[in-house]
Amino acid sequence: MLLDVQNLTITFNTKTGPLTAVRNLSFQMEMGETLGVVGESGCGKSITNLAIMGLLPPQAVTSATHLSLEGKNLLSLNEREWQCLRGKDVAMIFQDPMSALNPCYSVGDQLIETLLVHAEMSRSDAALESLNLMEQVGIPAPKERLKAYPHELSGGMAQRVMIAMAISSNPKLLIADEPTTALDVTIQDQILRLLKDIQEKRQMSLMLVTHDLGVVAQNTDRIQVMYAGEVVEAGLTQDVIHHSTHPYTFGLLAGHPDARKSGERNHKSRLPSIQGMVPNLRQRPKGCQFHPRCSFAQDTCRLEAPQLTVTPGISRATRCYYPLNRGEGRTDQC
Amino acid sequence: MLKAVLKKILNLIPTLLGVSLLAFLLIRLVPGDPVMLLLGERGADPQMYTEMKRNMGLDRPMYEQYFTFLGNIFQGDFGHSIVSKRAVLTEFFDRFPATLELGIMAMTFAITLGIPFGIIAAIKRNSFFDFTLMGAGLVGYSMPIFWWGLMLIIVFSVKLGWTPVSGRIDVLYEVDKVTGLLLIDSWWSEDGGFAAFKSALSHLILPALAMGTIPLAVVARMTRSSMLEVLGEDYIRTARAKGLPYARVVIVHALRNALVPIITILGLLFGSIITGAILTEMIFSWPGIGKWIVFSINARDYPVIQGGVMMIASLVILTNAIVDILYLWANPRMRH
Ligand SMILES: Nc1ncnc2c1ncn2[C@@H]1O[C@H](COP(=O)(O)OP(=O)(O)OP(=O)(O)O)[C@@H](O)[C@H]1O
Ligand code: SF4
Ligand SMILES: [Mg+2]
Repeated sequence: MLLDVQNLTITFNTKTGPLTAVRNLSFQMEMGETLGVVGESGCGKSITNLAIMGLLPPQAVTSATHLSLEGKNLLSLNEREWQCLRGKDVAMIFQDPMSALNPCYSVGDQLIETLLVHAEMSRSDAALESLNLMEQVGIPAPKERLKAYPHELSGGMAQRVMIAMAISSNPKLLIADEPTTALDVTIQDQILRLLKDIQEKRQMSLMLVTHDLGVVAQNTDRIQVMYAGEVVEAGLTQDVIHHSTHPYTFGLLAGHPDARKSGERNHKSRLPSIQGMVPNLRQRPKGCQFHPRCSFAQDTCRLEAPQLTVTPGISRATRCYYPLNRGEGRTDQC
Repeated sequence: MLKAVLKKILNLIPTLLGVSLLAFLLIRLVPGDPVMLLLGERGADPQMYTEMKRNMGLDRPMYEQYFTFLGNIFQGDFGHSIVSKRAVLTEFFDRFPATLELGIMAMTFAITLGIPFGIIAAIKRNSFFDFTLMGAGLVGYSMPIFWWGLMLIIVFSVKLGWTPVSGRIDVLYEVDKVTGLLLIDSWWSEDGGFAAFKSALSHLILPALAMGTIPLAVVARMTRSSMLEVLGEDYIRTARAKGLPYARVVIVHALRNALVPIITILGLLFGSIITGAILTEMIFSWPGIGKWIVFSINARDYPVIQGGVMMIASLVILTNAIVDILYLWANPRMRH
């Protein structure tokens, strides 16, 4: 197992009191697999990733019963140990590549710097290696581009540079936090293909965070659906897409019919709107977090929070008292 | 980059022409007749008055006077002082090193303390250090130089006796003028060496402190706010995600970006340093440009004022141009 997260809870101390943004989140990732993470804005996808990198702001309090990467306990790392881990074992790329690169330094400088933090090598070797990386991520005229400043690149090129930087130390896990959201539609596919390509070549694990169900349907092995800082459904991608059991996932898919026809991506449809609003994380509803918006809610749902349980017969976990079956209606109560 | 620099330099020409016109006009707008002042209280017979006026070229029409002034400047002639009869340029360069030394010291003080203070305040935002520093900054920013200079003299020179009250160096030391900067020249003085240097430094400290306080407050506040803004940027998160040590993230990635507005502010401060110099030099009787100009204005010494103002303004404009070039260096996005 590469990544093991057990009962991760992230609470922000804010001026108006504590806010628990992620609650008892548990999930695992195997070597070489691709995990898709979907969920509406604010459900805690990015801060979960930041917790894995030890990059949460100081006002965030993290707790977990277990948090490890390759068997290494992340809960006991000090700042220096985090620095050794960041960029080397886990790397990250972000939503807006143009603002994620430092405008004051050339692409080459930023790549070389990344190489030099984690490996003992001379500057000239690092320069050669950075050229090599630029070629690997498919940047034309890499030699000239190394001298370019970020503002001279297009969004797609900048994201390729970010990818080159992220893979420079051969990380075991690459976290891509909405890597294509800020890019032109035509570029999105290229970047996703590049990510998949690199992932396969390097046997890297990839966590793909996105709003776009089409993207996960096509590119991931497993899916994890998050709602209000909790996993509500997780399983093999095709299972979840074609036979969703959680009403929230079902709702997401209902507004996104194309996701089911895997292979046909519809760029225009992001997460569709389900009736109602994401709960206020300061005053979470009692019971199931989704119940104010769920059309199947019963009294039990309003009183007691459901646990993430494996539905019999299907290799998938659902956090719902009344899971739907095969995406067509409700099962008998069991 | 080179092309941008050349363009900047060409742009200076119209500005300098404008300044020359202002320097010329301003002094003529101040009431008072230089000829009368020169002839003294007793007055003079009208014939002597007209003759003197003609000698000084003041009888000719304004525009003619201006073009003569401008033409002479192009030949490197800034005129002669009415009072001392010496060339304005010579007088200027006699006094300029004193002001330069004071200005450099004041700005060094402001920059070397202001930038680190601002950085620490930003990193330790809302901490005790941050609050204290920003409070002190507000006080420093609104400090009247005149009052502040006098307070420094009262405390450090009069009460504690640590520093001399006025002048640039003890009269004991005979220092030959090489650079004009006493901190440097004093090392070669026959009877001085280290002792002369110490004397020069102790004379310099208080005026530099008085003159540098406002710039210090401005630089510290600017650095803090600029750093706070930059530290929230995406590329800082990237730099941290790469595994860089925090010190490197702050200095290499954040500070470099935060410098852009700091440099702009520094450019403006260099301009305002002249105002500071005038006040400081008056309080500490520092024999520099500020004191010279005030003296010349009181004497209605037209050539000195117009020539001196022209020189000062050119220097300010030149420093601003240098700052602009630094700005290009700090901000690659501006180069095209
Ligand atoms: N610095 C912070 N202080 C207080 N609350 C925060 C802070 N950062 C994040 N949060 C809270 O954590 C929640 C989750 O944020 P996160 O950025 O992980 O969402 P996300 O799922 O990545 O959303 P998006 O799809 O918009 O990127 C937000 O709803 C927000 O309320
Ligand atoms: S537990 Fe109840 S409210 Fe929650 S999703 Fe299932 S049916 Fe809806
Ligand atoms: Mg996010």
